[in-house]
Amino acid sequence: MEYFLQQLINGLTLGAVYGLIAIGYTMVYGIIGMINFAHGEIYMIGSFIALICFSILGLSGVASVPLAILVVLLVTVLFTAAYGWAVERLAYRPLRGSFRLAPLISAIGMSIFLQNYVQLLQGARVKAMAPMVTGGFVVTERAGFQVTLSYMQIIIMALTLILMAGFSQLISRTALGRAQRACEQDQKMAALSGIDVDRTVSLTFLLGAGLAAVAGVMTTLHYGVIDFFIGFLVGLKAFTAAVLGGIGSLPGAMLGGILIGLVEAFWAAYFAAEYKDVAAFSILVLVLVFRPTGLLGQPEVEKV
Amino acid sequence: MHAKNISILSALMAIGLALTGCDSKTSESNFIVIATAGPMTGQYATFGEQMRRGAEQAVKDINAAGGVLGKKLKLEIGDDQCDPKQAVAVANQMVNKGVKFMAGHFCSGSSIPASQVYQTENILMISPGSTNPKLTERGMSNVFRVCGRDDQQGQVAGDFIADKFKGKRIAVVHDKQAYSQGLAEETMKQLKKRGVSLAMTGTVTPKEKDYSAIVTRLKKNRIDILFYGGYHAEAGLIVRQMREQGLTTRLVSGDALVTQEFWNITGKLGEGTLMTFSPDPRKNPKVAPLVAKFKAQGFSAEGYTLYTYAAIQVFAQAAERAGGTDAAKLREQLHGSKFDTVLGTIGFDAKGDVTAPGYVFYEWKDGTYDYVTF
Repeated sequence: MEYFLQQLINGLTLGAVYGLIAIGYTMVYGIIGMINFAHGEIYMIGSFIALICFSILGLSGVASVPLAILVVLLVTVLFTAAYGWAVERLAYRPLRGSFRLAPLISAIGMSIFLQNYVQLLQGARVKAMAPMVTGGFVVTERAGFQVTLSYMQIIIMALTLILMAGFSQLISRTALGRAQRACEQDQKMAALSGIDVDRTVSLTFLLGAGLAAVAGVMTTLHYGVIDFFIGFLVGLKAFTAAVLGGIGSLPGAMLGGILIGLVEAFWAAYFAAEYKDVAAFSILVLVLVFRPTGLLGQPEVEKV
Repeated sequence: MHAKNISILSALMAIGLALTGCDSKTSESNFIVIATAGPMTGQYATFGEQMRRGAEQAVKDINAAGGVLGKKLKLEIGDDQCDPKQAVAVANQMVNKGVKFMAGHFCSGSSIPASQVYQTENILMISPGSTNPKLTERGMSNVFRVCGRDDQQGQVAGDFIADKFKGKRIAVVHDKQAYSQGLAEETMKQLKKRGVSLAMTGTVTPKEKDYSAIVTRLKKNRIDILFYGGYHAEAGLIVRQMREQGLTTRLVSGDALVTQEFWNITGKLGEGTLMTFSPDPRKNPKVAPLVAKFKAQGFSAEGYTLYTYAAIQVFAQAAERAGGTDAAKLREQLHGSKFDTVLGTIGFDAKGDVTAPGYVFYEWKDGTYDYVTF
């Protein structure tokens, strides 16, 4: 039981990070119906900006860890959101209204471009940061087996919860959320009723990139090892999570992320660890066979 | 107008091509082209840098002393990223560049497929860092190495664990790559021979970030000593995540941890981590001036730097003695004689393995590694 509980904590932490990134995929898909394949790279850029910020703060002698994390979070979210905005402005907006595959190819190109850009700028070597937040609680203990919950894991899960709650409020209560939902349903009609579609789409990219930036900061803090290629695998897993939960659905993305995290942790816990990716993707296939729209996805209503 | 421009351009290009053609011909007669190849980029780039620095310095020093057979050495650098597929591509590239000697590759998983290319193309290869036994066990006459083998390394590791950690609960985990699995299996073999039973075995996927699931398994099995077959990045992450979950398990690993990058990842949490590596060539007083030369470039000659240097020294001396760079003549020299290198005086056995000292244990302490003191 204690073993199960510890693996649950492991899986939830991993899943929270996947979920944060998955929201970026799902929001963009919801609003303009394209898969932003460069989103994994946005997350990677976020983790690099975080590492650079931490180094600068470390050099300038900021001793308070909570203050440092707060500052880094703010700066990283700002800069990464700017990247997200620029990607949309440069690579997707000019192609809006052209055939469906054009922005998709443009996204793949953007992903390769950003990878190489960071590789050239930062070098191909792995960047490491020594642990900053250490320690944690012992949740329960039996027969010498301690279930631990580290401060870092608490930070990741709490931050994810807060952001999730904030985002569902934003979508359901604010004018921006209303505009987003309107664009999702029908862009032309939304524009006719006075919604600035371009601005709404831009803001969606900004928000998605901001969440990916938070995930990047958490990765840098928690794992402490990043390189220019980390966006690929994590991006793929987060995309899978978004599809699993039902692409276009915000709670679905979070649920999908947590499920993927849990499957990975539990598969590695009880079965052969080398097959955990196989397990995660098999579940995706199974879900899609029986529920093509994903777990929480709405079937697309044919518009007449 | 446009067509004219293009024709002028193509004429210029043709001249350019002809010029470079001449150039490579003249350089062939004035230079001996040699190469090193390893992970110059990617996750294991820290070892690629060790090789590149070692090779560049060796070429510089040998050329300053008059070169080999009256010719200067010219160094080519290949980047295989420790990817077996890319290693073969790099090997073919090096063949096309007319390389006479390869001081590489690094990862066993790269060296083994690449060696096939060098064997058929009759090019001498001395690996500075590939320790998987298979490399020299396939009867390939052109394949040598200046480092030890994992069966020696595993034996030393197994004996050490059996002697020093009697009665402790021991786990063996590896990342399924050629080097990692070989080392883990050789260590398990020796542990079994010594009557030590394992409390747990497992594998991980390299290049991931989250190893908390396997760490929790270690915790459940109350592991005291984890022998890890793999590279420094994953080992560092595992140590971090073990400490985070409150485990005091000591990590024991092999020669892929001899890089400062391991400590960059773990920080103080890496204290007490053990690893096997050959006796540190930097400790030899005769090598001190060379180590100082590296230090002046802002680089510590750690890990495989001096091994790459030594591989090139062996080639230079063998070529001088053989009076040529033909692989058949070179290997006759390699099998028959001794070489004076930065690793000391070394020779090679019939398989191509170095007849040098084996492995000793190191411990990470205060951000640096040194011989184990207990």
